[in-house]
Amino acid sequence: MPRSLTVEEVERIAALAHLELTGDEKRLFAKQLADILEYARQLQAVDTTGVPATAHVTTTRSAERDDQHRPSLPVAEAVANAPDGVVLETDGGGGALFRVPRVIG
Amino acid sequence: MTAAGARAVRDNVAAGTVSAVEVCRRALDRIAATNPSLNAFNLVDADRALARAADIDRRRAEGEDPGPLAGVPIALKDNLSVRGMRTTASSRILEHYVPPYDATVVSRLEAAGAVIVGKTNCDEFAMGSSNENSAFGPVHNPWAPDRTPGGSSGGSAAAVAARCVPLALGSDTGGSIRQPASFCGTVGLKPTYGRVSRYGLLAFASSLDQIGPITASVEDAALALTVMAGSDPADSTSSPRPVPDFTQALTGDAGGIRVGVPRAFVSEGVDDAVRKAFDAALETLRGAGASIVDVELPHARYAIPVYYLVCTAEASSNLARYDGVKYGSRAALRNDDGIKAMYSRTRDEGFGAEVKRRIMLGTYVLSAGYYDAFYLKAQQVRTLLKRDYERAFEQADVIAMPTSPTPPFKLGERTADPLQMYLADVFTVSVNLAGLPAISVPGGFADGLPIGFQLIGRMFDEATLLRTADAYERLAGWATRSPAL
Repeated sequence: MPRSLTVEEVERIAALAHLELTGDEKRLFAKQLADILEYARQLQAVDTTGVPATAHVTTTRSAERDDQHRPSLPVAEAVANAPDGVVLETDGGGGALFRVPRVIG
Repeated sequence: MTAAGARAVRDNVAAGTVSAVEVCRRALDRIAATNPSLNAFNLVDADRALARAADIDRRRAEGEDPGPLAGVPIALKDNLSVRGMRTTASSRILEHYVPPYDATVVSRLEAAGAVIVGKTNCDEFAMGSSNENSAFGPVHNPWAPDRTPGGSSGGSAAAVAARCVPLALGSDTGGSIRQPASFCGTVGLKPTYGRVSRYGLLAFASSLDQIGPITASVEDAALALTVMAGSDPADSTSSPRPVPDFTQALTGDAGGIRVGVPRAFVSEGVDDAVRKAFDAALETLRGAGASIVDVELPHARYAIPVYYLVCTAEASSNLARYDGVKYGSRAALRNDDGIKAMYSRTRDEGFGAEVKRRIMLGTYVLSAGYYDAFYLKAQQVRTLLKRDYERAFEQADVIAMPTSPTPPFKLGERTADPLQMYLADVFTVSVNLAGLPAISVPGGFADGLPIGFQLIGRMFDEATLLRTADAYERLAGWATRSPAL
């Protein structure tokens, strides 16, 4: 486990997280994240042999409901908050889309 | 009138001694008078509030039951969705977001007659302990304007402390209701995980988040919880357990209640004034009929690292949805920019430093090579911590701790060192990791600054928790104080 992070490691994490960081942010996070991870190293001292992981504390099984058809959010409302949402003028279909920059190439 | 609690407002409105519109106007006037100095509100919707209040008055005049919160003005932390009302989570990325649906708590409170006056300032996406991570500027503590109101529900706590509203909602992932309640001299209740539906809460860490009330009295917290709680088909983690009328649990005494104190844990790193207030609070509880017993929470000292690994991992996943496509802002693009550049620049411009830091940390601990050492290890220690509490609750009915190791600290004092800021959460985060209910009540003052007293209950035993807190509140008498504004 690293006692400090390199700027390259910060860039690798930022790419995974889809964050375009400035040079100053990269240097600051390299130090701050290393400080926090160093602090978290104390957990290594705890014996967890055979201890199951707790991902959530819900005591009952997740509730299920009958599969019933119900009205959902109208598409025009669903795209109303989008930076580039488009409601299509189709005949009764009520289509809509989110427009984004090119994905390939 | 603005000093009246939710219960008193409800009684007066139901009896017709005051109109809901009059109560609403006074709340709006108080906000207008105090918000320029406090910055507690991100949004005030006076027209909507007055129309709702008029509707309550009309229903009452027509002989309808106006509900258990008839005419009570309430404020909502700005991470709770209200249909048609801008909801930002105090983030640039959601600066113009208008939810198309209501959070379940919002529907329930409005159906009970509550009148929403506005949305309160908070740390961005509820990530912070001082309200300084808001894109819209920090909230100032009503007791001392150069100090933080705590966080992340700082605006909600300040709004109640300043007597703008008798009830405000917060969300608590690692102490974000209780710590600001402590700093602002109010009551703050974090219900058991699953007691209140999270539908419509902008998610931070889904295994820890819970919505709860901030009020001026334990009775009002009990009243609000009774309205808010219960199963919800829209949140599969909401509990099907029946919801009692929690106000009926408030007997005024703590006879027969065993209050557990984890002495070893609470003896380290606690400010002297907080320690004195805590010991005095235990004596007061003894006077209310409770017995004080020692309990041990041997893994509580690991709660902060466990919490910051678990919550950041969950946050990195939850906040992946803010990508400039479905909602929120999108960065300006150059012609040759593809979708990845759009994602990365949108998120860099839209998120503040603390949110980015947590997304980075969470992404790191979930990434290949570090998952077992950090994330899995944290989840295992979470199990040990939960077992500690289960054992402690064999000896005790509630567990007492300070809410915060210090009185409210100064604005700017800890912003340069994130780890130092995280340590402020030492007494609150373990409760969320174990899923337990807990409450912070006013527990004294140090040089005019409020100090909170925290009680923790068994899973789904908010009744005993509230009864103990109410008995303490009545004997201690701190709740009658309010800041000179």
